[in-house]
Amino acid sequence: MIRFAWLQFRMQAALTAAALTIVAVVLALTGLELAHLYDTTVAICAAHHDCSAATTNFTAADGPLQVFSDFLLLAVPLLIGMFWGAPLVSREFEAGTFRLAWTQGVTRSRWLAVKLGLGAVASAAIAGLLSLMVSWWSSQLDQVNANPFDSLRFGVRGVVPIGYAAFAFALGLTAGLIFRRMLPAMLAALVGFVAVREAVTAWVRPYLFTPLHQSLPITTATPVSIDQTSPGIIKAFESTRGISLPDAWVYSAKIVDQAGHTPTTSFLSRACPLGNYGPLNPRDCTARLAAKFHQLVTYQPGSRYWPMQWCELAIFLSLSIVLGGFCFWWIRRPVT
Amino acid sequence: MIEFQLDTASGVATYLQLVQQVRQALQLGILEPGDQLPTAQQVVAKLAINPNTVLKAYRDLEREGLVRPRPGQGTFVVGTLPRIDPAVQGRFLASMTAWLRKAHAAGLGPDDIEAIYRTAVRNSFAEGAA
Amino acid sequence: MTAVIETNDLGKQYGRKWALRDCTLSIPEGKVIGLVGPNGAGKTTLLSLAVGLLTPTRGSITVLAGRPGDGPAQLEKVGFVAQDTPAYAGLSVGKHLLMGAYLNANWDQQLAKRRIDQLGLDLRQKAGSLSGGQRAQLALTMAIAKQPELLLLDEPLASLDPLARREFLQGLMEIVASHGISVMLSSHLIADLERVCDYLVLLVASHIQLAGEITELLATHHRLSGPRRDPRSLPSSHEVIEESHTDKQSTFLVRTDQPILDPAWTVRPVTLDELVLAYMGQAHNPRPGRRSALGVVS
Repeated sequence: MIRFAWLQFRMQAALTAAALTIVAVVLALTGLELAHLYDTTVAICAAHHDCSAATTNFTAADGPLQVFSDFLLLAVPLLIGMFWGAPLVSREFEAGTFRLAWTQGVTRSRWLAVKLGLGAVASAAIAGLLSLMVSWWSSQLDQVNANPFDSLRFGVRGVVPIGYAAFAFALGLTAGLIFRRMLPAMLAALVGFVAVREAVTAWVRPYLFTPLHQSLPITTATPVSIDQTSPGIIKAFESTRGISLPDAWVYSAKIVDQAGHTPTTSFLSRACPLGNYGPLNPRDCTARLAAKFHQLVTYQPGSRYWPMQWCELAIFLSLSIVLGGFCFWWIRRPVT
Repeated sequence: MIEFQLDTASGVATYLQLVQQVRQALQLGILEPGDQLPTAQQVVAKLAINPNTVLKAYRDLEREGLVRPRPGQGTFVVGTLPRIDPAVQGRFLASMTAWLRKAHAAGLGPDDIEAIYRTAVRNSFAEGAA
Repeated sequence: MTAVIETNDLGKQYGRKWALRDCTLSIPEGKVIGLVGPNGAGKTTLLSLAVGLLTPTRGSITVLAGRPGDGPAQLEKVGFVAQDTPAYAGLSVGKHLLMGAYLNANWDQQLAKRRIDQLGLDLRQKAGSLSGGQRAQLALTMAIAKQPELLLLDEPLASLDPLARREFLQGLMEIVASHGISVMLSSHLIADLERVCDYLVLLVASHIQLAGEITELLATHHRLSGPRRDPRSLPSSHEVIEESHTDKQSTFLVRTDQPILDPAWTVRPVTLDELVLAYMGQAHNPRPGRRSALGVVS
């Protein structure tokens, strides 16, 4: 059965290998140039006192390719699900060839097992290779840009694309098995994959690990904004961008005192009288706040990056296994 | 080697047609003792009939003592049938033609003649077992 | 006598509709079985049940003493060609043979290649560009080359022209003669199957109307004609299948084991065609008081 699956798969495999090779060559050539650029400008910018210029110049290099490589890693799992997973079984139903395939000397379960297994492994391998290449290519860019936990960036680096691809494939195949028609299966794969991916990003990833807390003093560099949110209520807000925790994922930054209370309206109206565009005297306001309050930052430290990657990979691989188990159950029930 | 023909419109059972063709071949000298009959496989590959039909025909011929199967080799002719002497055949054909002319002149049509013929054959061969 | 296909009160239901019902058969091995019936009668359903593509709603079916589709050993024993002879349009003829070799333990590649050569098919031609007849021959080759004990063919002649039909049957009969396999092929035309079948199963409106060895069926059915008579006056051993009357004459198609002794009758044999038509007509207009159809077991 494995040899037969390969027989059917050969053409697609060749095309994919060719495409991957092209991508690899392009990335290899431009990647070496990028590394050279980094070594000659940003790495030594401190000595030349032109870091901001060097950084800006560097991060703008190969802009289109940056966008494209991120897009590629974003799209490939979805494409795998829609154009590999979904047609794999549904096409056999549409063309009636399942009547040929299921009356040879292999059981349906074995037929499915090989298609599912080989396909999932191939999908994972492609996504893994691609992620490896792109991660290598943008390693210095990522370093300069910081913010590895960015919701978009997190999903197109490291090991999670492997999980996405395996899951998308399994989802497409399951949809093809249930709907028995290619277009509904492709649609289901599209909608299902996007929905699960978004759901995990928004509702699971932040809660995988309990975030840490840290108290930071309020300084003149802290961007604080005081605002009248509704008549008689004044609140202090802080932007999470001002936090200098390198490579961390900052969830929130609250201004609180020793007891954990936020500044009251009465305090703020005295300490930071408001004009039309905010506090009339920002420096005094900040100084008065700093005397009584500090920033309470809720965050994931940079060291949690890889644990989160592996965790999310495990989640998607588990989902793939669950889908696989479902497929086996489905194909063995009395089916017309 | 004899080659079988099939007349699907004749109303005669297939296996009987095969038997008749072998007997005729024996009578006409086309088949002689020692000759091999085509295998069932060869016959059906040409006629597209059920192999059991061929086997049934060969079994009938074996029962009549005309053929015998040799395991692993095929079915071979072992018996003979009285050859029809062409001269004898010619004489009977002539006398029959004369009879038919008389019957036609007496006003008998083809169906009447057919009915008379069938009755006569039935009576004759029933009495003097063929 | 071992049965090649045995069913017991077999039924298959889709929603509220029964595609097959009350099907009880015991078909001996070594036969070429003609499965005849109008379109929609349940022939494809029966074949699909026999090969394991469907599972019964009621009753049971046993093929070659095993359950259909139950494991590789059972799947190897049964060769199947579905209606419209599906094939992978993008795979060549040669790759289809490879598929057979990879997926079947008893694959005879020599036999497959010999047949393909005989048929004049190009190994490199994609199956999608083959004609209907060529695809049918490819499908038959694949079913034969796995050396099954039973071949099930669903309307294999339907899309073939007369020459292709003849060639298909020639090839099929040759395999039956050389390998001794059992074959069941379905058609809605009895004329297609008369030459090659020695066992008949007639399916009309999801029920078995008639089943048995063809020689036995022809020997036990007769057409009687004589002066006009009421069918109820016939002896009880004569089962009337069909009747027609003029003011002076009655004609009956009867089924009986007993010899016809009444001299008033002119007795004529029945052709397979007439037999099938009579039973098909009978299925749609059941005679009052007729017993339900019983399968003849040989």
